[in-house]
Amino acid sequence: MKKIQILGTGCPKCKKLLETTLKVVKDGNIDAEVTKVEDINEIMKFNIMTTPALVIDGVVKMSGRIPKPDELKTMLQ
Amino acid sequence: MTFLKKPLPMRIAIISPLLVAWVLIYSVLKRLSEYLTYNIFHLTPGTHLGDAVAFFFYDTPKVLMLLTLIVFGIGVLRSFFTPEKTRTILAGKKTIVGNVFAALLGVVTPFCSCSAVPLFIGFVQAGVPLGVTFSFLISAPMVNEIALVLLFGLFGWKVAALYVGMGLSIALVSGIVIGKLRMEKHVEGWVYDMRMNGSEIAGQKLTWVDRIDAGWQAVKDIVVKVLPYIVAGILVGAAIHGWVPAGHMAKIMGAHAWWSVPLAVIIGIPMYSNAAGIIPIVEALLAKGAALGTVLSFMMSVIGLSLPEMVILRKVLKPKLIAVFIAVVGCGIMIVGFIFNLIL
Repeated sequence: MKKIQILGTGCPKCKKLLETTLKVVKDGNIDAEVTKVEDINEIMKFNIMTTPALVIDGVVKMSGRIPKPDELKTMLQ
Repeated sequence: MTFLKKPLPMRIAIISPLLVAWVLIYSVLKRLSEYLTYNIFHLTPGTHLGDAVAFFFYDTPKVLMLLTLIVFGIGVLRSFFTPEKTRTILAGKKTIVGNVFAALLGVVTPFCSCSAVPLFIGFVQAGVPLGVTFSFLISAPMVNEIALVLLFGLFGWKVAALYVGMGLSIALVSGIVIGKLRMEKHVEGWVYDMRMNGSEIAGQKLTWVDRIDAGWQAVKDIVVKVLPYIVAGILVGAAIHGWVPAGHMAKIMGAHAWWSVPLAVIIGIPMYSNAAGIIPIVEALLAKGAALGTVLSFMMSVIGLSLPEMVILRKVLKPKLIAVFIAVVGCGIMIVGFIFNLIL
């Protein structure tokens, strides 16, 4: 099972990324646990400077933008 | 036609005719709006209603077309500048040179106020001086493409250039002042203590297709979002254009009332709006005879300093540094407002 973390302090883009990720996971029947990280101290441990960011199994895959569903799907598989 | 199936030629094949159409339409826009107003709607040139309607039909498509083109261009340009790259450029720079770079990079680096805290921490930890970091944080929200396009489209290139010049100067000088004040101890201690133990972001190499798509995405995001504000701004402008005699506000917001600039700045600080939202107000104030320096000061303090941003920054800055930040930037905006009212 993959561990997916969405990093973001609660801006509209972060919520959008969470929604998109949940949808891609559901539609693609991907075995993953999605959590949202809102605490700034936790977020900063990932060495990013822009939110939202997508972390899969502890590795930052993308930050500062919302990927297209296709792109997200490729990242998650 | 097989080459068109490849993403990049296909995008070029779509964009080129659009650009040509843009230039053609833009060049006949004035005549088109007059034809529509006076020949199709049978309004009489020189009347209040005729003038107002012609202004509306000319200005709305003009501003929208400019906005679309520039937002697209900046969207593509911004894909070359990431906050990580900006940080690398700024990390080795000393005061003044660093402040100049920071203010300029603030214009082209993608920035959203919700990222202000991670960005601040990232900069400070990489060894970017505090004053240089502030130059960036002041210029990034204040000097942006939306403000530029709207001011250019509605008030001409002189006002747009003044705004950008003012914004960059304030970011530059405020950053230098904050740097000289040695406020490092007023940053929350944990910012320095924190160890970066995460991994670098892998596999974010962008192609030209990604860059063009990023520009297109910016157009979709921004133009749709600011559209109602622009139409509202132009409606106000059109109404004033047709009916309201200029000069009545001159006594209150004019260049001769010395207290108008500080008042505009103080009212503007707690308010928050993006550049698009403030434009209808700017349009109305200017048309009623308010002085340009006063109005631009108001616009800058609304966009550049805001209560929500201070609440976010409180996580990393102690109250004293926040107070200094507001005071220095607020004074900078006032001084520039006074200077413009004096020389214009």
